[in-house]
Amino acid sequence: MSDVLTLSNVETMYGRVMAIRGVSLKVTEGSIVTIMGSNGAGKTTILKTISGALDPFKGRIAFERAEIAGLDPDVVARRGIAHSPEGREVFPLLSVRDNLMMGAYTRRDRDEVARDMEKVLGWFPVLRDFLEKSAIYLSGGQQQMVALGRAFMQRPRLMLLDEPSLGLSPRLIQEIFAIICRMNGDEGVTMLLVEQNANVALPVSDFGYVLETGRIVMEGPRDVLLASDDIREFYLGIKGEAARGDRRWKVKKTWR
Amino acid sequence: MELLTIADVLQLLLVGLSQGCLYSLIAIGLVLVYKATEQVNFAQGEFMMMGAFVGYQFIVLMGLPYWLGVGLTLIVMGAFGYGIDALVVRRLTGQPVFTVFILTLALGIALRAVAGMIWGFGNYTLPAPIPGNLKIGPVVMAWSSILAILLTALISVGLYAFFRFSRHGAAMLALSQNQLAAFYMGIPVKRLTSVIWAMSAVFGACAGLLLAPITLVSTSMGFIGFKAFAGAIVGGFGSIPGAVAGCLLIGVTEPFFDIAFPTMKGIGAYLVMFAVLLIRPQGLLAQIHAKKV
Ligand SMILES: Nc1ncnc2c1ncn2[C@@H]1O[C@H](COP(=O)(O)OP(=O)(O)O)[C@@H](O)[C@H]1O
Ligand SMILES: [Mg+2]
Repeated sequence: MSDVLTLSNVETMYGRVMAIRGVSLKVTEGSIVTIMGSNGAGKTTILKTISGALDPFKGRIAFERAEIAGLDPDVVARRGIAHSPEGREVFPLLSVRDNLMMGAYTRRDRDEVARDMEKVLGWFPVLRDFLEKSAIYLSGGQQQMVALGRAFMQRPRLMLLDEPSLGLSPRLIQEIFAIICRMNGDEGVTMLLVEQNANVALPVSDFGYVLETGRIVMEGPRDVLLASDDIREFYLGIKGEAARGDRRWKVKKTWR
Repeated sequence: MELLTIADVLQLLLVGLSQGCLYSLIAIGLVLVYKATEQVNFAQGEFMMMGAFVGYQFIVLMGLPYWLGVGLTLIVMGAFGYGIDALVVRRLTGQPVFTVFILTLALGIALRAVAGMIWGFGNYTLPAPIPGNLKIGPVVMAWSSILAILLTALISVGLYAFFRFSRHGAAMLALSQNQLAAFYMGIPVKRLTSVIWAMSAVFGACAGLLLAPITLVSTSMGFIGFKAFAGAIVGGFGSIPGAVAGCLLIGVTEPFFDIAFPTMKGIGAYLVMFAVLLIRPQGLLAQIHAKKV
């Protein structure tokens, strides 16, 4: 299988602060890849750099072998990358239907768009009752469904998902991740997922990266990561909590 | 003060209505840009003034047929509005909103100076689109005033349909609600924003062409932009129907105010604004969902 996305030594700055420090990663066609990392690690920054909302200071970003670093985000979207951003970012005053249809803005295949709309409503039947309501009236979980559905309506070849579990109840998280798996399995959408919540993200992934303060400190196939003591302890919380300072020290010692 | 006859009242109402429509055309441009980008174009009145001068250039100085001159003026002003955003305002994205305020204030002053250098600082006549008056009983209306009312109605309905039913209109609504998300949808945000500036300059030019036969063309004619501003604020600034309502309110009360208080001629618009803001600080038709923060 070929690599859909490749990042090589990407660095991104906010002013003079470097948030991403030489990140290299790749996403294989048809897979789900997860970047795990705690709050402030730089996960959102990586996704924004890929989708063009931020320009990298250094490094290369190849999507289907073409360089996309520095392109405007609308151009990147037209190339086939959909970004479901952190905090959902729905269009608050547009109806749920118009929100979903905005995903299909660049598409001309009306019949296919209508079929995809039915698919999305099949996955998230609760949205059917709110189709003509403004998205601002939806709950957080429903807005997350709109954001995911809207991204799918773009018919992307790569989907970037920024913490889809954030602020949702365990039951909703299960529901939403089940749909993410179906978008990947049934529809063949390649996924790059970033999550603090490794418990739910890692098990559905094919491959994972661990990000700490802007650096990739560990990577591997799911099963290898799931078996790793460090991952079990610090990201899955299986052996109980360690103190924060302790954790940094240990992370450095074992991973670098 | 003499008592007004019914015919006088009717006459003043219609004159005020048509004046309010001219304010509306300017205010619609202000609100379009504000909603899309949260930038306030203080040069909007000068866009109108430029429209009048460009029309004067084509129709009077070059002697082109009236409607051809109008068509060319609208094209030139559309390109002008597009260019102002694409070449100047867009570069300030990410700067404090205040920067754009100052920039557009300076732009307005510069445009007055440039227009004066090109066309002179005098008063110039531009023919009316349809000369003459319409008499209905005792009431007399200039055809250009009637045209102002019709055109404003047409543009309002047209804009409503555009935002409601067209793909690009929907995309403009989307980008005004969440610019980054609009980018992520593949919407060409930068280009559409420049198109919004172009639309706003074209509506301003329409106002200028309609106002010119009434007040003459001069570098200072853009100052009525301030009344459009007051109207937009009365309407809540974020809403086009609100801005039109506010401008009509100001336009209609103005002639009565000027007759009642001749010594305070011209400030009625601002008194209406203060009065409305005292009673309803958010404006007549403020957006129901105020932006957070
Ligand atoms: N707009 C910004 N300006 C300055 N620093 C920022 C900005 N956004 C994020 N950062 C910093 O960059 C780092 C990475 O942030 P982010 O990518 O949002 O992390 P994550 O998504 O993993 O929580 C953090 O230290 C954060 O404080
Ligand atoms: Mg984040």
